[in-house]
Amino acid sequence: MSLRRFTNGFMTALCALALLVALVPLVSLLWLVVSHGVKGLSLDFFTAIPAPVGETGGGVANAIAGTLYIVGIACAFGVPLGVGAGVYLAERGDSPLGDAIRFTAEVLSGVPSIVVGIVAYALVVLPMRRFSALAGGAALAVLMVPTLARSTEELVRLVPRSLREASLALGVPEWRTSLRVVLRTALGGIMTAILLAVARAAGETAPLLFTSLNNQYWNWRVDQPTASLTVQIFNYAVSPYQDWHDKAWSAALVLLLLVGTLSLAGRLLSRSRVR
Amino acid sequence: MQSASEVVTRTRAVEQTPAARANLPDRAWAAVLTVLGLAVLAVAAMIIAELLRVGGPALKHTGVIAFVGNSVWDVTRDVYGALPFIYGTLVTSGVALVLALPVSIGLALFLTEMAPARMRSIVSFPIALLAGIPSVVYGLWGLFVLVPILRNPIEPLLARTHLPIFTGAPIGLGYLAAGVVMAIMILPTITSIAIEVLQTVPGALREAALALGATRWEAIRIAVLPYARAGIVGATMLGLGRALGETMAVTMVIGNSPTIRASLFAPGYSLPAVIANEFAEASGDMQTGALAALGLLLFAVTVLLNIAARVLVRMSRRGPARVAA
Repeated sequence: MSLRRFTNGFMTALCALALLVALVPLVSLLWLVVSHGVKGLSLDFFTAIPAPVGETGGGVANAIAGTLYIVGIACAFGVPLGVGAGVYLAERGDSPLGDAIRFTAEVLSGVPSIVVGIVAYALVVLPMRRFSALAGGAALAVLMVPTLARSTEELVRLVPRSLREASLALGVPEWRTSLRVVLRTALGGIMTAILLAVARAAGETAPLLFTSLNNQYWNWRVDQPTASLTVQIFNYAVSPYQDWHDKAWSAALVLLLLVGTLSLAGRLLSRSRVR
Repeated sequence: MQSASEVVTRTRAVEQTPAARANLPDRAWAAVLTVLGLAVLAVAAMIIAELLRVGGPALKHTGVIAFVGNSVWDVTRDVYGALPFIYGTLVTSGVALVLALPVSIGLALFLTEMAPARMRSIVSFPIALLAGIPSVVYGLWGLFVLVPILRNPIEPLLARTHLPIFTGAPIGLGYLAAGVVMAIMILPTITSIAIEVLQTVPGALREAALALGATRWEAIRIAVLPYARAGIVGATMLGLGRALGETMAVTMVIGNSPTIRASLFAPGYSLPAVIANEFAEASGDMQTGALAALGLLLFAVTVLLNIAARVLVRMSRRGPARVAA
């Protein structure tokens, strides 16, 4: 009896220990990004473009803008496609075709992002013969579609049937019911899903390495290489210069703040919706 | 007065109304939705087609067996063998699974079976946080925090075991570092799906075991785990799928050396890492093609793994699986 009790207590303790083990790297990472990163933050860091090697100062303003720019392009393609596919799955997806699309979306969300980068390279960089913000945006858009489709479907399905039936009973055509009643009810949740997808896209590095590449200067043209925070962090981190390492930490802090703000905004939005 | 033929046409008109009532806007809306849904299939087809287009010729030129089996990757001589990268990917993912699996399952069991329900909602936040941190930030942390720790206390300590996998110079950068970072990154994936699977275990099973006098752990071992086994295997496979494709963090800490070594301390290379490092500066179509072929390989493996995992997770739910994992 006591042995069984002991085993029970021991295993419970082990499982509780797992929680601790999981939290250690999280706390370490967050603490170090904040403590290392905060030193390099200055007005310059947010307003200036990178300084050449050896010169002090300089910032990542163009990379912050570039990330927003590329993610904006991705949203232009990815959001309508992803949300639309999700609405299709919820409204008309109870068919073999719907099942196939649902399953494809699930499997696609497990495809490594670097593979999607290769696809964007083949589709956009090769024909245009240059790295571009458009190529980066295309890669991120492809990454957004499956996750957005799945979360949108879940959210649209949460809308009570009675709402839809009430609208149809009043003689409102199906398409208007879909748009004005069902989608409008689910809109808050869908906004949350979009914000979370944007946060994920903003943190992507691998698909940008050989699509939007990088740029030491400002760029607002869709057909030119564009800097992004993530690629800039990577380049700074693997460089041999201490000054650039410090910049990598600061840029990582900025990236975490950006991603964190987006996810937090999304979560707050969905919470207020539930209330 | 109506003629017989008139009546017939009228009746036909009435019969046609359901079709006719599905008027143009409604049909247009349905068509738009269907097109958007089909776009998902189009995206999948596009990924396969483009990978084949760019990577196919290189694969055909070398031959699949020779490509996968050759351990020499020499860009200057246009010799492309994928074996060092496949080996590195498998070894690092293996290390990641060995480290992450016990912790994830333990954590999932703790949160679903042992801890109070409130705790789960509190802990779900840091786990989501862990999942939301960008890969490149993990790489940064791995490079400047984990690698020095491995180099100094941990690898020399492990070397004392005299196991063949723990030999050689403790430089920090290598398979072990990549595996540890990967483990941290796949932990939230496995944990959250395992939690989801454990929640589908019927309460009656647990209660029956407890009523027979089992302790909590015995109930888990006898009733809960066997029921959830398929789902937990599926969760593990999804975690493995993430690990195989993990790029930035691995690229930054694996050492980037296209060699095959038995020791986990040695620097290696992985499929995503070599694509990340060489693709932008690939010289000529052959190298680009060979790198795309590596991408194709990675795609094929992760897709197969994902399909198998999804099927397992669905099976373990045993219900009409609608909500995605």
